[in-house]
Amino acid sequence: MAARDRRSPAKQREPQPVIVELGAFALILALVLAALTTVLATAGRWRLSPVLAGAGGGALIASAAATALAFAALIYAFAVSDFSVSNVALNSHTDKPMLYKVAAAWGSHEGSLVLWCLVMTGFGGALALARGLPFGLKTSGVAVQGALSTMFLAFAVFTSNPFARLDPAPVQGASLNPLLQDPALAFHPPLLYAGYVGFSVCFSLAVAALIEKRVDPAWGRWVRPWALASWAFLTVGILLGSFWAYYELGWGGWWFWDPVENASFMPWLAGAALLHSAIVTERRGALAGWTVFLAILAFTFSMLGAFLVRSGVLTSVHAFAVDPQRGMMLLAILGVAAGAAFLLFALRAPAIRSGAAFAPISREGALVLNNLFLTAAAATVLLGTLYPLILEGISGATISVGPPYFNATFVPLLVVACLILPAGPLLAWKRGDLKGALQRLWLAAGLALMAAFAAFALFEPKKALAAAGLGVGSWLIFGALAELATRTKAFRAPLAETLRRAKGLPLGAWGMTLAHAGLGVFILGAVVETSYKAEAAAAVPLGGVVSSGPWRVRLDAVEVIEGPNYLAEQGRLTVMPVSGGAVERVVTAERRFFPAGGQTTTEVGLDFRGLDDVYVVMGERAATESNEQAWTVRVYYNPWARLIFLGPLIMALGGVLSLLDRRLRVGAGTRKKTVEARA
Amino acid sequence: MRRLAPLVGALSLLAGAAPTLVLAEPPPAPDRPLPDAAQEARARALFTDIRCVVCQHESIADSPAGIAADMRRLVREEIAEGKSDQAVRQDLVRRYGDYILFQPPVRAGTWLLWFGPFALVLGAGAVFVWRARRRRVEVQPLTADEERALAQLTAEPDETESLSPRS
Repeated sequence: MAARDRRSPAKQREPQPVIVELGAFALILALVLAALTTVLATAGRWRLSPVLAGAGGGALIASAAATALAFAALIYAFAVSDFSVSNVALNSHTDKPMLYKVAAAWGSHEGSLVLWCLVMTGFGGALALARGLPFGLKTSGVAVQGALSTMFLAFAVFTSNPFARLDPAPVQGASLNPLLQDPALAFHPPLLYAGYVGFSVCFSLAVAALIEKRVDPAWGRWVRPWALASWAFLTVGILLGSFWAYYELGWGGWWFWDPVENASFMPWLAGAALLHSAIVTERRGALAGWTVFLAILAFTFSMLGAFLVRSGVLTSVHAFAVDPQRGMMLLAILGVAAGAAFLLFALRAPAIRSGAAFAPISREGALVLNNLFLTAAAATVLLGTLYPLILEGISGATISVGPPYFNATFVPLLVVACLILPAGPLLAWKRGDLKGALQRLWLAAGLALMAAFAAFALFEPKKALAAAGLGVGSWLIFGALAELATRTKAFRAPLAETLRRAKGLPLGAWGMTLAHAGLGVFILGAVVETSYKAEAAAAVPLGGVVSSGPWRVRLDAVEVIEGPNYLAEQGRLTVMPVSGGAVERVVTAERRFFPAGGQTTTEVGLDFRGLDDVYVVMGERAATESNEQAWTVRVYYNPWARLIFLGPLIMALGGVLSLLDRRLRVGAGTRKKTVEARA
Repeated sequence: MRRLAPLVGALSLLAGAAPTLVLAEPPPAPDRPLPDAAQEARARALFTDIRCVVCQHESIADSPAGIAADMRRLVREEIAEGKSDQAVRQDLVRRYGDYILFQPPVRAGTWLLWFGPFALVLGAGAVFVWRARRRRVEVQPLTADEERALAQLTAEPDETESLSPRS
């Protein structure tokens, strides 16, 4: 019990029970207000009353405020370690650093559900405040968003009350899973949820458009900013989760095609397809029905993801808060919301006008291909994730679907999509000139081919597939640059003219170029890391060396250190180049033991070397053959790993730039920019 | 009791009684790579395809579990005996079922899984082409009036631009 007495009791503030009660009340209030939103907005739409409709919007904003209050109260309960709240007792501990006490508020099922509701009502409130939307669409959209919020808030209040009390309150909490006590993971859920749940507004606007029987180019423009924002959030959210897995799980992997990862990847793919098809709807009035379908699908995938993760029907390395009964509730919500939306779609879609016709070789045609491949990719991930479940349910046979499956199905689809991609932005709307587009791309194609051959010649061992993959990544980057050069007349007009044009390019154009190049950067990193990584492990005594790739790592010292809520064996290691040239650097790697939960985690030592990572893991104690004291040291050499995380960041930045484009701000001078971009 | 052991170790450490961290179970012996580099590379490639039976969606290449270490040893032994990759896989499937491999088998029950994505692309692509053919874009030359209107429209932005230069 020595550990307990060392803690200074002065820092522990006495919890204020009333705040928790206020939070519980605020959550119920939020539910009532969300239900009221639906009633008022529906009545307002029905009677064409701006007053009732406005009251509906106001109720949704108030519901968001009440949810925010509830969430703040929950964070307070965690911050002061009020163990009379069972959620806190189960997921927190007084010894935890403050950041993780606060982050634990969304680390549990109940807390994350409140966060989900907060994002949903918050985005709904933003929709209610949005200007420029027609009365009918906005009011119906608010009504639908209110109905969605009602279902999820009811789920929170009735089955997952985050403020449920424990009597008597325990003296100490059970603590958060130490794997989750990590800065990247503290911010991963809020961003992920902002993305997941942001798509609910696209969903609501799609259902509203079906109710209003009005899907036109303007609708495409209204739905696009929501899709862009959600997609950018989701990109960064997934990125953080992946980066966390990379350095916290301690084996250097960053994507496992794990069901929980897939669950977040499906809405991302559907959202990416939605972004692109909404452009066609906005600019050409075409694909309207398909864009509506994708808007519904993206949030359906979000709900499916929540169900898969929370219900525990799938086993995963990421599933931390699992409960089968609540899974049934989520399945019911999913069934009602998605079922109603798709039924409405089936009834109303045939009446949606198909918009302007276009030739297969055109910007629209390219975007249709993009959608075809993105949707097929999403379907592949869906199949791969659910197939084992379905097959076991039907025939009792158990199979595992893992990386080999996705490498054989998803990757080829992605490759074909990437090969087509750079031509798309160079094609004109309605009827494109493929020859002209390819003529502008020949330099990019030549450079990409050279990159592939150079990779084949330079990288050891020689791998044709990896070289081809590098070619594809380079093709995307050079293709994006070629497209930029075309728009700015680079090298064909005086520099001043090019700069003037570059300055005049709409932000959306920069956003697209960045996002496409970012995908290329990611592919370069993913290909090189996967194909050329090296790994070595050995039991070494102090002074012993483990070599991996071009690096040697020497174990210099091991000491036992005491963290705020853990004990650790910390190894100090020197990373040295095998053949000179680079400087030596010291990294520390830890193996942490958390007494509160009896768990052990690893903190890897990461040595950033340019684009490469030298990734060092301290393992268990062992003995050498001569029975010397030794430690298992694993060294991973992950070449170009930096690009894997840089690429998606660039993509998200592209999304944000597009979001800031004047064109998307409803009512801004749209024509001028549009015409200029096409010139 | 197993969970308590490290706790006891940790606490005694805090009290300064023992200078070392006592661990719950004897750690599994670190993997002994095969002497033949080519065989070792084959073994490692296989590891990533084999699912650890006690973990959640982890391959035995990644899993720290003791049983994963046992399975790695087993695979290495079989490869050292000269078995082909295919034979090693078959052995594993015989012992643990299809579940053990991350690559699902191709048989009647999994056709949809394996060929569904490609069928979807081909099917949807065919529908798109068919629809595009059905409503071919009819290109008619513009009338004189339309030409004039178009010229006016395309000329407009440049004018506004020269009137209000962007900062």
